[in-house]
Amino acid sequence: MTLQEIINRVGAEVVLDNHQQEREVKYAFAADLMSDVLRLDASEVILITGLANPQVIRTAEMSDIPLILFVRGKGVTPEMIALAQESNISLLRCKQSMFKACGELYAAGLQPLY
Amino acid sequence: MEFTYHIEGGDFSRAGAASSEVKKILKQLNIDLAVIKRVVVALYEAEVNVVAHAHEGIMKITLAPDSIEAVIADKGPGIPDIALAMQEGYSTASPRVREMGFGAGMGLPNIKKNCDRLEIESTVNAGTTVKMTTFFTG
Repeated sequence: MTLQEIINRVGAEVVLDNHQQEREVKYAFAADLMSDVLRLDASEVILITGLANPQVIRTAEMSDIPLILFVRGKGVTPEMIALAQESNISLLRCKQSMFKACGELYAAGLQPLY
Repeated sequence: MEFTYHIEGGDFSRAGAASSEVKKILKQLNIDLAVIKRVVVALYEAEVNVVAHAHEGIMKITLAPDSIEAVIADKGPGIPDIALAMQEGYSTASPRVREMGFGAGMGLPNIKKNCDRLEIESTVNAGTTVKMTTFFTG
């Protein structure tokens, strides 16, 4: 599915665009533990997380993850946005819980990594 | 080519800055993206370890045509039992480190997974030196 379809499905707000709305996304990984994210071999995923701090952006940067969806209406700081901008990472935010957002996106066809 | 970066202990807002600089250099050198990811994930884990546990540290990168060697040396509490620290799930991280999304006892094992050679030396109450080497071609 495209990033725009993900946005529509969970009613996400685009925090940082980076012109990726038409980007195709096949896989998602959901975690609040960045150590788990850093163990992934795959890169082309959307990271769904309820953790909001600069290390989430750094983790995505090192892991070549281009998209992050923050759930539970988490605040994204200007510092995080600046870091994401540098690394061409798009940031989305929705009010839904992690469980609901993951359920919606799974039902819509987004696939798990394992 | 050699590059050295300073790492400040406890400063989570800067954690990852050194690894990020190395990533930019490796991309400019057109190193294979999968190799870059292995290198920078290992570097970032090591950098976060310094920020999480030590007072300060340095990251010294030596680039050869076929490999990258990174030495991350810190001044800090040291690791009393390296074999125990290498075990998945063992951690001495503070609640603050855990709030940042780390501290699950997965850092050192993940460094080992993402480099080709790993040497760790540590002296309690003095510091830890991690030396990792990754080759650009299999």
